[in-house]
Amino acid sequence: MNTRLAWAVGLTALVALPFAYRDPYHLHIMVLILIWSFAYTSWSIMGRFGLVSLGHGGFMGVGAYVTTLLWNHLGVSPWIGIPVAMLCAGALALVVAYPCFRFRITGHYFALVTLALSGIVLQIIIATRDYTGGSLGYTPERTKGSHILALQFDDKIVWYLIALGVWAGGLAVWYWIDRSMSRYAMEAISEDEDAAAAAGVNVTAEKLRITVISAVMTALAGALYGQYQMFISPDTVSGIAVSLQMVFAAVVGGIYVALGPTIGAIITIMLAEVLRVGFGTKAVGWDNLVYGVLLVLFIIFLPKGILGSLLAWVKSPRKHRDG
Amino acid sequence: MEIFDIYLLEALVNGILLGGVLALLALGLNLIFGVIDVTWICYAELVMIGMYGMYYLFSVYHLPYWVAAPLCILLVAALGAALHFLVIEPLLGAPPINQLLATGGVLFVLQSFATVAFGIDFRNLGIRLPVLALGEMHFSYARLLAFGAALVGMVAVYLFMTRTYTGTAIRAIAQDRQIMALMGVDTKKIYLITSALGGGLAGLAACLLVLQYDVHPFVGLSFGPITFLICVLGGLGNFVGGFVAAFLFAEIISLGGLFSDLEWGYVLAFAFFIVMMFVRPAGLLAKRS
Repeated sequence: MNTRLAWAVGLTALVALPFAYRDPYHLHIMVLILIWSFAYTSWSIMGRFGLVSLGHGGFMGVGAYVTTLLWNHLGVSPWIGIPVAMLCAGALALVVAYPCFRFRITGHYFALVTLALSGIVLQIIIATRDYTGGSLGYTPERTKGSHILALQFDDKIVWYLIALGVWAGGLAVWYWIDRSMSRYAMEAISEDEDAAAAAGVNVTAEKLRITVISAVMTALAGALYGQYQMFISPDTVSGIAVSLQMVFAAVVGGIYVALGPTIGAIITIMLAEVLRVGFGTKAVGWDNLVYGVLLVLFIIFLPKGILGSLLAWVKSPRKHRDG
Repeated sequence: MEIFDIYLLEALVNGILLGGVLALLALGLNLIFGVIDVTWICYAELVMIGMYGMYYLFSVYHLPYWVAAPLCILLVAALGAALHFLVIEPLLGAPPINQLLATGGVLFVLQSFATVAFGIDFRNLGIRLPVLALGEMHFSYARLLAFGAALVGMVAVYLFMTRTYTGTAIRAIAQDRQIMALMGVDTKKIYLITSALGGGLAGLAACLLVLQYDVHPFVGLSFGPITFLICVLGGLGNFVGGFVAAFLFAEIISLGGLFSDLEWGYVLAFAFFIVMMFVRPAGLLAKRS
């Protein structure tokens, strides 16, 4: 009951925040953190069960580009475009993941097949540059001022609330899976697929369900990012670098706890911003350098991530002192 | 139709030439995987550092190419050994996916190190090798040289693996990790040597690629993913499979690029990879179980 109360208080405080404090720069950072937290949470939904996907940059790219292409070329409102984009990402996930799971492609091999997927999406975006603007990026056509139908708002507070809602929704899905039978099935599968199958778990179906949920959510994150930033390019929403970035942030925060990816997003985005503001253009590269070193150190010394290790330490300080 | 055939032939031959370098890259990665059972996601970034090494040795310190190249190979070999010693060694007992991610972290470190240290400008050696005209077809000497050197490198590795004691020990460890330690082989030392060898191959690839491509901190992303896909397609750790897969991939990219943009060549190659994973999940040359 206490945790529920804490959640309620925390969420209320977050909703109330922009009305009390409306510095546009800080709000902008917070919207970015919320959107990326949602993306990282989506990744960790499958990542926590050992399904390490390096294809989520692809799903994110599909989300952002399908939504924007539909709006610019066919005039379809993002309210319809986003669900269509999510369906596309889900279908893509099905097409790639079904054979993967059916033929028992796991571990390294799964990571590399999904890596190929994000490579394909990236190259297709660049190759169809007549429509997508290629590597130069792409901008959704602007309406004048805020427009609900076009999902474009000048007011950062609106975006903050949307991002907050979506982020909270992502956490809700995380908890829903955490409490469902799927979680036990998936944990059994990640330990030993044969044993799980022998115990009556439909291995392929369970893995597929988790993968599709994760892909669809990631596409939503991509679409929202595009609508908020009003600029998407293959480097920022798609491709292998984005996929790796997702995995890293989630791992740094901790993939086995609900708020881990959020902590990861806060740390990585704040780090990048602090370095950018502190060093200006001289900081180019430094954020990723610190980030990469942190990641290596984390995987060696704190494989549960910051939040995961902290929670384990709070629960029983003696046992987990060394992380 | 006549002209078309010549282009086709030219693309075919260029595919073979590209395949040589890709095969060299895949060999290094396969070696590491086959022996140590770790995938270096940052392999292409080692090549990138090697390319910068070449740039500085050749263009800034004005060493002749033939002196700079061995130095550069040694440098990347040392880097490979350091990578193993600092990152992989502490993680040998960890789940494979942690090892994969840790080398992914190294990828970010190397990329951003290059950004910080060398800037994001495109640089090249400023060597323009002549173009070989054969009838109506044109091949650049840089590619021919790369192909030749890659073949020589691969033969050298093959001889090392089959004719020397250390090479035999490396192959033995690839077959059975536990037993070899009992046979008196120092596993740690062999791992370190293998990593240095893998790094050295990356260094050789760097010396060859720098003749054809400009170097910039993100150059690794343009051929890194392809190298992994080639290794997986051939069966991770399967040297012959990797060799065959490299040429297949290179042909697909080259021919795909002939009919449309180069990007579609890559799309085709990636799609081919995914389809092949379902047809032959354990690699092109795997025996059916």
